Amino acid sequence: MGRSVKKRSVSRREVVLRRLESLGRRFCEQIEKGVFPWIEMKSRSTDNIFYSPELRQYVLGDRVVRRSSRIVRHLRPFTQMVWTAYFVKELIRQRKTSTLRDVYYSAQAYDIFFKDQVESDNIITDLETVTGFPREDLNVFPEERSAVFGDLTIEYTVPGYEGRRLNLTSHPDGLMIGPALTNSRLIRTGADKVIVIEKGAMFTRFIEERVYEKFNAILIYTAGQAPRSTRYFIRRLNQEVGLPVYIFTDADPWGMHIAMVIISGSANAAHLRDLTTPDAKWAGVWASDINSYKLPSEGLSDIDIKRLHELSRDPRYKGELWQREIKTFMKIKKKCELEAFSRYGLTHIVDKYLPERLKELET
Amino acid sequence: MKGGEEWQGDKVVAQTFQEISPADFFYRNREIVGFTNPTRAIFSAIRELVENSLDAAEAIQVPPDIYIRLSQDEESKSSRTYTLRVEDNGSGIPPQQVPLSFGQFLVSSKYKLKQARGTFGLGGTMAILYGQITTNKPVCITSSTGGSRIFKYVLMIDIEKNRPVILDRKVLRNRWKWHGTIVEFHLEGDYSKAMPRILDYLKLTAIVNPYADITFVDPKGRLYRFERKSEEVPPPPVETLPHPHGVDVETLQRIIRSTGCNNMLSFMKEHFHRVGEQTARQFLKSAGIDERMNPKSLRPDEIVDLVRAMKNFKDFLPPDASCLSPIGEELMRTGILKELEPRFTAVSQRKPSAYSGHPFIVEVAIAYGGKVPSRNDITLYRFANKIPLMYDESGDVSWKILRSINWRRYGVSPGMPVAVLVHICSTKIPYKTVGKEIIADIPEISREILNGIREVARRLRRYLTRRKHVEQQRRRLSIFSRYLPKIADFSARLGGLEEMPDINRLYKRQVIFRDYKTGNSYVEGETFNAEGYKTILVIAKNKHESNSVNLRVLGLTGSRWRVLIPEVTLEAGAEFYEMLTKRARLLKVQVKSAVRNKPGTVNVFIDGLSE
Ligand SMILES: Nc1ncnc2c1ncn2[C@@H]1O[C@H](COP(=O)(O)OP(=O)(O)O)[C@@H](O)[C@H]1O
Ligand SMILES: [Mg+2]
Repeated sequence: MGRSVKKRSVSRREVVLRRLESLGRRFCEQIEKGVFPWIEMKSRSTDNIFYSPELRQYVLGDRVVRRSSRIVRHLRPFTQMVWTAYFVKELIRQRKTSTLRDVYYSAQAYDIFFKDQVESDNIITDLETVTGFPREDLNVFPEERSAVFGDLTIEYTVPGYEGRRLNLTSHPDGLMIGPALTNSRLIRTGADKVIVIEKGAMFTRFIEERVYEKFNAILIYTAGQAPRSTRYFIRRLNQEVGLPVYIFTDADPWGMHIAMVIISGSANAAHLRDLTTPDAKWAGVWASDINSYKLPSEGLSDIDIKRLHELSRDPRYKGELWQREIKTFMKIKKKCELEAFSRYGLTHIVDKYLPERLKELET
Repeated sequence: MKGGEEWQGDKVVAQTFQEISPADFFYRNREIVGFTNPTRAIFSAIRELVENSLDAAEAIQVPPDIYIRLSQDEESKSSRTYTLRVEDNGSGIPPQQVPLSFGQFLVSSKYKLKQARGTFGLGGTMAILYGQITTNKPVCITSSTGGSRIFKYVLMIDIEKNRPVILDRKVLRNRWKWHGTIVEFHLEGDYSKAMPRILDYLKLTAIVNPYADITFVDPKGRLYRFERKSEEVPPPPVETLPHPHGVDVETLQRIIRSTGCNNMLSFMKEHFHRVGEQTARQFLKSAGIDERMNPKSLRPDEIVDLVRAMKNFKDFLPPDASCLSPIGEELMRTGILKELEPRFTAVSQRKPSAYSGHPFIVEVAIAYGGKVPSRNDITLYRFANKIPLMYDESGDVSWKILRSINWRRYGVSPGMPVAVLVHICSTKIPYKTVGKEIIADIPEISREILNGIREVARRLRRYLTRRKHVEQQRRRLSIFSRYLPKIADFSARLGGLEEMPDINRLYKRQVIFRDYKTGNSYVEGETFNAEGYKTILVIAKNKHESNSVNLRVLGLTGSRWRVLIPEVTLEAGAEFYEMLTKRARLLKVQVKSAVRNKPGTVNVFIDGLSE
């Protein structure tokens, strides 16, 4: 049972290019008028980050900051931003991509200096805020890569591969989620759900156990906190293809938060849209599973408990399930990892836990 | 000075000489006058002779020329002996006075109530005595007052009798009308240890006597020159009568012994400073003394009462400071600039004041940067009656005051090259000890010192704040110069534009001189159009490794060129930057060599920023 996917607009690249060029022209005009170039962008300071219940993600408030080359303190970051804009414009024009680290190193060749990669990462975030496009649209990607496996046929749009198609079951280790994949067209899928897994070992196990077949699912491995391109890809699967998304993580506050960021986004990306999948579901492992499935567990550490307190006050965790699980964690003071299921044999999680949980969530 | 004869008759010869007490006392107690050990002795000997020479030259108003030579005699087993020779161009000593002046203690031409370097008539003599007791060799004195003859004496001191013994006397023809004195004698000492102190002493002497030319050749043959930077010799102090508030029993007795007055009214008017007919009457009345009483008939207990009454009488006019000879702000500044080459200096002469009937004037200066040493504490240079005080600094009133000030308030932090100079001149310096090194804490004086230091410190603070501001601006401009061109470049590339926008309206750097060889007269480079720029900074560097360059900046306002930054001298390798505070349409920079026919090499830029 195949399902066709609607075409994704390709003019986004043009839009980004035009936006960047207009930025350069604006600065030149300012200089010609005898004005020190300046730009305004939304403030990303914590007091300007708000949770939007409608959008179900963090958004920036109305406060605006002005970066002006008139101010000595701003000169260096301003110059760095103009250069970065120019650099990514060239990337997009030449249909090349780069990584955060690569941007940091490339600067030196242009006599632009970043103290460290943190500084250049920040400038890229500035540019995201100024343009309103995530860095992936600026062809800049982080280094960490997660993976995908399942019955999904894609068609590449990157230069040299345009029109080439690939089914994501063709590689037994799964396929890296990189820029070529995130920007490909989604052609056809036989799956009816997406299962997202935090841990590499589980992802491999799920492929070996043919979970994708048994449960008719596309498997995604996040490698801890999901990179933005992965979040973007999950969103596309959910919104463009209409697949429900289930997330499996460790049963501890950190695992819970990995799921939450996929669902509702992070404060760090409050200036961006289209990275969240509000309808995705955290499928486990829940605190309550530790007792009901008699999973081997460890005690919560002080840091874990502190984190739980933070989360209990976080507006994203308002939902009933979240509050219930936080309370359970606090009550039983235990945590456990996904791998804990191995105690009952290799296939226990696939044969017993997974069907029960999916059934529970589907109804 | 037209010729020696004019002053010879009435000034020098007319000075009176008195003998007070025997030499033996000082022989036994030589440490109290600074001859404690071989190191200190050699320093004190030089100092006493130099001060005599300065006095002698100032007495006849000629800029002093002093030549000092210290050479080592052949080495003996246990000790080192040196020959010290000091030559000057001062008044010279009348021949009949030479043996007494140098061969007898407490003979001095300076027993007057007036500001003088020497005081007790024992400095030079003590040096010679010390030489004699350590080497058993005579002193040789050559002197002329500018007349037709030069006298040369070879003397020793008979310590027990406090009498000079003349071993030889020669008379030479004075063909060139030379006037001055040469003293040469032998003494034991330790030059290597004394050296830093001696050089410091000479440097400080040069600061407060910038009209003196001092040359020192040390035992190693090294030559130290302290060149004259001013021809102006301050007027010599004038003699005054004692003020009634400052008189003690002994002084009063002496005056009574020598007076010609036969009634108390004229006695008071005649012998005391600032006492007129009316004041004398009022005073005698309040003291219950008959105006017609003969002063010679006062009994000893009445003399004591009189002294007390004089001290307590409030209506005497305060002593007049016109008899004092301060260095003066101008000369002090000259001396400081010459020896310390500071980046900033401020001098303040306080108003004359008095303590216990003695007039005094305090002069305070502050110097920052240049050759001023960077120490944890502020460097203090102390002077009294134009002589540097070199020992026992921590007991001095100035030291205490310096410590009591919160220097952070003035922008001074530890390690900054700051020196404070304090000069006190008075007819009576309140030394704590006979050693003439430590000044006592007299409230009237400390108040003036404190206020003086505060005043110059405030001026230093103003300078430092402004400097900081200029430095900030310079740093600011250098940041603009680094980033604005890049912003323009990448903006153009980002916008896909062929041409870079012109950033000169925001920031402009114009090269005025690059590696320019300076000549003897002012040459100006390109003019800088200053319109539209709010911040303008002139940056210059003297790239030559030995020659100095002069520079100034002119601005066109209306139709006239005015000097905006007056001439500054840039030493070799020095960098200069200054903000313009006055507006002008056009600017130009002029440069020339500081020394004739010695070209320097300069780079000059002007930076303008429209913000
Ligand atoms: N270089 C000199 N030129 C002229 N007179 C001198 C010189 N050195 C010493 N005298 C005379 O000798 C006197 C005694 O000198 P000194 O023993 O140093 O005592 P003081 O300097 O305290 O008077 C001086 O008062 C001065 O009249
Ligand atoms: Mg003397």
